[in-house]
Amino acid sequence: MLLAFDTATPAITAAVHDGTAVRAESTQVDARRHGELLLPTVDEVLREAGVKLDAVTGIVVGVGPGPYTGLRVGLVTAAAFGDALGVPVYGVCTLDGIAYAAGQADDLDGPFVVATDARRKEVYWARYGDPRTRITDPAVDRPADIADEVAGLPAVGAGAALYPEVFTGVRPQAPVHQSAAALAALASERLARGEEFLPALPLYLRRPDAQVPAGYKLVMPK
Amino acid sequence: MADEPLVLGIETSCDETGVGVVRGHTLLADAVATSVDEHARFGGVVPEVASRAHLEAMVPTIQRALKDAGVSASDLDGIAVTAGPGLAGALLVGVSAAKAYAYALGKPLYGVNHLASHICVDQLEHGALPEPTMALLVSGGHSSLLLAPDITSDVRSLGSTIDDAAGEAFDKVARVLGLGFPGGPVIDRYAREGDPDAIRFPRGLTGPRDPLYDFSFSGLKTSVARWIEARRAAGETVPVADVAASFQEAVTDVLTRKAIRACKDHGVDHLMMGGGVAANSRLRAMAEERCAAAGIELRVPRPKLCTDNGAMVAALGAEMVARGRAASDWELPADSSLPVTEPHVPGRHHAA
Ligand SMILES: Nc1ncnc2c1ncn2[C@@H]1O[C@H](COP(=O)(O)OP(=O)(O)O)[C@@H](O)[C@H]1O
Ligand SMILES: [Mg+2]
Repeated sequence: MLLAFDTATPAITAAVHDGTAVRAESTQVDARRHGELLLPTVDEVLREAGVKLDAVTGIVVGVGPGPYTGLRVGLVTAAAFGDALGVPVYGVCTLDGIAYAAGQADDLDGPFVVATDARRKEVYWARYGDPRTRITDPAVDRPADIADEVAGLPAVGAGAALYPEVFTGVRPQAPVHQSAAALAALASERLARGEEFLPALPLYLRRPDAQVPAGYKLVMPK
Repeated sequence: MADEPLVLGIETSCDETGVGVVRGHTLLADAVATSVDEHARFGGVVPEVASRAHLEAMVPTIQRALKDAGVSASDLDGIAVTAGPGLAGALLVGVSAAKAYAYALGKPLYGVNHLASHICVDQLEHGALPEPTMALLVSGGHSSLLLAPDITSDVRSLGSTIDDAAGEAFDKVARVLGLGFPGGPVIDRYAREGDPDAIRFPRGLTGPRDPLYDFSFSGLKTSVARWIEARRAAGETVPVADVAASFQEAVTDVLTRKAIRACKDHGVDHLMMGGGVAANSRLRAMAEERCAAAGIELRVPRPKLCTDNGAMVAALGAEMVARGRAASDWELPADSSLPVTEPHVPGRHHAA
């Protein structure tokens, strides 16, 4: 019994998966309220699925990349659940969840690209061979800098939709937002195949913004 | 006493990941992980660096606190967390962790005020707070005189700084002197070798028509900086110890004078001091002397409980439980500017 959630995109999404099928899912989109909405969303899907927390055998969490403040909400929640319940926490790249969901909604039989909004006019992105197989490490770039690498490829995710001049193959039928149901289903498949998961640590991809003060500022007028 | 509430408290409002465990007024554990060294080269706390460090330290610090306390998470009567004020992204890590533990363990959640926690921590040192409590709260972000008839529900502000906080002044003067960050502890150390009367720095807002209980430290900081620059411009060496001692004297003189005045005006026979600057050795000594002379009982926790820690949050949480205050909702937000007059954030509809 898996409890899955992801806060690495504007969506706050949670789902319960019993190893065979998704039992409940809830997704809200509110880029500034991950901290407020995640626990109520988790509570809602557990109730709807009729599952008690002590029946949960694993936590699945999207590890990003994504805007840091929201991303950390999901990761610290997963780590705390894992510790309090004594169950493993399985990290899954957020872009993998979006790729998997796209594969369910659309027949993507060749390579494609997933991109989310990294703000500051950049995208988080990766290339996929098929909806279950990522072939590049997730990266953060200005769309114009990767135009050659993604031109003509089918593209999914809110980052692709934001920059259609670069992501020329945007698929209108693929879901735009992350879905914990897709994340849980993907994790369930990987567990069944005995595959490795990512550690439940954030994929920040950028160093923290920090300015070293430029020497001591004189306060006395010269 | 085993029937007193057993509460775990989480503090992540700035650069300390603090987790404390208390039973009523008894301190059982006080685990702190700090990212201060990572901020030092920037001369101040970098919010994103602090938030990243909180995420890494959160679960290990909770595990350490429970182990130190020798209690099991399932025995807790509640989980308290700093809901504000503080750095938004840093607060959010602690609030999210507290919610998940409370939810997973089936315990009530108490989002509490960082400033009220700095006061309530003294219950771990000197027993129940008198009511009302007169408190001088001095830290890196705040300098306030507070009167609290009930620390869980009624905290009133008599006055506060109109510009820099006391700790901020210590940090800025230390930077001018090239002593690094945080400045409070270093200035405290240098000042011991210096002459507090060497330089007469100004005492802000102490004129006859100035507000009685407000503070101002920005003018003092500027005046210290000018004094140092004048020496440097003249090619003289700066007497660091004397500057530190004289600056520290000016800060502690104003703080204690106004605090004692507030006690007298309100007929309160004791003074509680809390916050990082209350760790200052000169402030503690001067307050001791002046309170004794005025017949006021001084209550100050040991220095480690004055700077940010989780035990203070647990102490206030335990008082919330003891007084039957409403728990917070699962929607509890992190509020970077939570007013000092709101000791906790009760739920709108009661969480399970
Ligand atoms: N011995 C000391 N003397 C003076 N100031 C101190 C001393 N120790 C710590 N401080 C100051 O206390 C402040 C930190 O207070 P604290 O309550 O821990 O954090 P915050 O302000 O984030 O709540 C810093 O400005 C620091 O310089
Ligand atoms: Mg503080």
